[in-house]
Amino acid sequence: MKLWSWVLIFIVCNLTFSTISAFRLSRSQPTERISGSAGDVLEDDPVGRLKVFVYELPSKYNKKILQKDPRCLNHMFAAEIYMQRFLLSSPVRTLNPEEADWFYVPVYTTCDLTPNGLPLPFKSPRMMRSAIQLIASNWPYWNRTEGADHFFVVPHDFGACFHYQEEKAIGRGILTLLQRATLVQTFGQRNHVCLKEGSITVPPYAPPQKMQSHLIPEKTPRSIFVYFRGLFYDVGNDPEGGYYARGARAAVWENFKDNPLFDISTEHPTTYYEDMQRAIFCLCPLGWAPWSPRLVEAVIFGCIPVIIADDIVLPFADAIPWEEIGVFVDEKDVPYLDTILTSIPPEVILRKQRLLANPSMKQAMLFPQPAQPGDAFHQVLNGLARKLPHEKSVYLRPGEKLLNWTAGPVADLKPW
Amino acid sequence: MKLSALHQSYLNRRSNSFRSPTSVDSSVDGSGKSLIALFWLILHCLCCLISLLLGFRFSRLVFFFLFSTSSTTTNLYSAPFRPDLPVKHLDVHTLGRRLDPGAATNNFTVASTTKSSRVVVGRHGIRIRPWPHPNPVEVMKAHQIIERVQKEQKSVFGVKRSKMVIAVTPTYVRTFQALHLNGVMHSLMLVPYDLVWVIVEAGGATNETASIIAKSGIRTIHVGIDQRMPNTWEDRSKLEVFMRLQALRVVKEEKLDGVVMFADDSNMHSMEFFDEIQNVKWFGTVSVGILAHSGNAEEMVLSMDKRKEMEKEAEEESSLLPVQGPACNSTDQLVGWHIFNTLPYAGKSAVYIDDVAAVLPQKLEWSGFVLNSRLLWEEAENKPEWVKDFGSLNENEGLESPLSLLKDPSMVEPLGSCGRQVLLWWLRVEARADSKFPPGWIIDPPLEITVAAKRTPWPDVPPEPPTKKKDQMPLSQGDNTVVVIPKQQQHSTKIRKPKRRSKRNKHEPKLTDTTQVSSSSSKRQERN
Repeated sequence: MKLWSWVLIFIVCNLTFSTISAFRLSRSQPTERISGSAGDVLEDDPVGRLKVFVYELPSKYNKKILQKDPRCLNHMFAAEIYMQRFLLSSPVRTLNPEEADWFYVPVYTTCDLTPNGLPLPFKSPRMMRSAIQLIASNWPYWNRTEGADHFFVVPHDFGACFHYQEEKAIGRGILTLLQRATLVQTFGQRNHVCLKEGSITVPPYAPPQKMQSHLIPEKTPRSIFVYFRGLFYDVGNDPEGGYYARGARAAVWENFKDNPLFDISTEHPTTYYEDMQRAIFCLCPLGWAPWSPRLVEAVIFGCIPVIIADDIVLPFADAIPWEEIGVFVDEKDVPYLDTILTSIPPEVILRKQRLLANPSMKQAMLFPQPAQPGDAFHQVLNGLARKLPHEKSVYLRPGEKLLNWTAGPVADLKPW
Repeated sequence: MKLSALHQSYLNRRSNSFRSPTSVDSSVDGSGKSLIALFWLILHCLCCLISLLLGFRFSRLVFFFLFSTSSTTTNLYSAPFRPDLPVKHLDVHTLGRRLDPGAATNNFTVASTTKSSRVVVGRHGIRIRPWPHPNPVEVMKAHQIIERVQKEQKSVFGVKRSKMVIAVTPTYVRTFQALHLNGVMHSLMLVPYDLVWVIVEAGGATNETASIIAKSGIRTIHVGIDQRMPNTWEDRSKLEVFMRLQALRVVKEEKLDGVVMFADDSNMHSMEFFDEIQNVKWFGTVSVGILAHSGNAEEMVLSMDKRKEMEKEAEEESSLLPVQGPACNSTDQLVGWHIFNTLPYAGKSAVYIDDVAAVLPQKLEWSGFVLNSRLLWEEAENKPEWVKDFGSLNENEGLESPLSLLKDPSMVEPLGSCGRQVLLWWLRVEARADSKFPPGWIIDPPLEITVAAKRTPWPDVPPEPPTKKKDQMPLSQGDNTVVVIPKQQQHSTKIRKPKRRSKRNKHEPKLTDTTQVSSSSSKRQERN
């Protein structure tokens, strides 16, 4: 009898705790717990679950590049720089490579900027290749697995395909030397050449300080139904339309330019962040690449993202249930966007807003300096930790070679 | 936004090879493929020549019909697929299974080629639905969604238990009463909380006022006092203070429980004001924007210029709206009040209600203060000691400002983020004291005589040249018909007339003018 009573009490306690955690009432909006296909992992602490060894490359691969152009610290590809800084001072770093589970190669491939501030990817394959040659010759760990326990941060448009035009990127494919490594990239599209299995998708870098400084009181009523600011036609490169964004942005404009519910335009207002906080839905259509910082901004400002990009893979897709948080619209359904959005039941909309209000959700999208628990750095480490332990096939037999060091376009083989 | 600026300039540097026919180089490997490359080049040149002749892009049509896939639907608006660049990619991606994977001349992916993306690279059509305009049903649904979201926001971030709002308005019958009172009334009708409207009227409770406020549908208490409103601004404000105290007496006697705010009938309130005053505990104050306006716009501009000359260093004052309200220190504690600077208007302010000069507010307007109605009750629990007993106030002494109700003015709570938010605006505009207006603003019976205005909105028509007299003749002969129409016009509402006029050509209006006058004169003759 005593045993039964204890069991009963135990069960009752469990039930109450689980229901309490389902609806956390805090000073601000009630939030809901987020659980993706990997479980409730947004708040996991990676410390103690993995060890990362950071290669010490000569500064020409990282520091000197940054010194040449400090704009790299603020653009949307700055994740590679901040990742290195985070890892250098993180508790998961180990100085003993023998006990490391993962190896990090800090090379800034997206820091060769034009005068306008956009990165040119033409030298990146060579730079990467040169870095890998260096580590392969100076440390034995690359040859041990041919890079299968190494990870690289490649935040460029199409990841490790190192080109900004999709056709050319597809033509190049992922750099042969990175075929076995884990890639941490912003690009993600299902069944695409430039997304290999096992990659970790991260959000693009958005400056956390700037966004925090534009917060408005949460009680400001949301009065804009749909909000978007950006280009619809890229007149410089695609004057007729149809190439840029696969015609989706142009379709949005043509169908909804006179619709009072859609606050869309190409102007750059100074109140962009404040306006997002007054909107219910924020459009995040694809551009030349499917990803954009708009997703990060929408999550931070509590605006439900409407993602218009076929087959896109969103950041941390195994940890964050994007289907429950955002609205996915196929590109072919864009003309009926207003019907789709108004047919969403209000309870669903309120639930999405509660999920967005969850602070761990917002933290997971940011790269704050210094790093905070639950931020994007930790989510990357969580993702790496989930891939452990490495399979036996990762370790090659002595003398076995899987990578072809001479594959790829001839221009890539030139030394950097 | 940074992104699009970045992207735009980013793509400005994309090379011309994006569209050039030499693109075949990039995707072709090996020397054996140079023949194919040559073939494509020749084909492309041929297509270009044909297009030149025909006038449209012929090559696209051909490839469109050859290689069209399911992703091109009948709703396409713009040109079909562009063949040159992505044909090969097209093959592998969409017709993957049909083609021999060995024929794939590019090393796309290490993984198997059967796994192909359904997303096609290349030019797509811009889909536009048949009627790309707002659908009213959708718009209504969207507004319902917005309302629901805002309701949720209010319930989460707003006050948990809302207090009743008691609005006190002194008013009297005058030309602009309907204008001002309707404005306040509509604001109060929008307030989402319980509301009681106490209206005190000078000159007795009249039917006019009662008929205006009856349209509101909110609970009203209409009180009249016997004194008539005097003609000078100073006396008027004194009487208004008396009227407000009467209203507070009513609140005390009825034991109304809520937040008392003073809604002067010519003020303008923002809805956030009503949300903000819910936060008051006992006695609060908000910032009031003062729109001191003189009837004479030139004089206003002159005084502004003079002020600018005098105070060139203190640039803030000449351009910012004067605000009356609480002044706080850096820790958001009340340290004093901002009041309206009357010096620039010295000697030039309006004395009589119909003066054409700037009307100035009092030192501290009552409308900037709100109080908990329990302060007025005789016995209320937790009533603070720094409040004077309302019942024992002698109003004949004259209260300068609502602060006279308190013993300790420093206990006042500043609202609206310590006065930084301006939640209501003060403006006094009145018509001449002897101006006439139709009772209830209803014109009954309708006016019979209509006289054409001296200035018509359309330009004066020059006199017709003599050759066109023939055209005029039939029109003037048809005077009977023309005469008939103005009669109808007189009966119809005013709105219809300009429409009819605009339908005719330029010559007509002048004619109708004269015919109208003649018809009215003829009408008079008929009557006689």
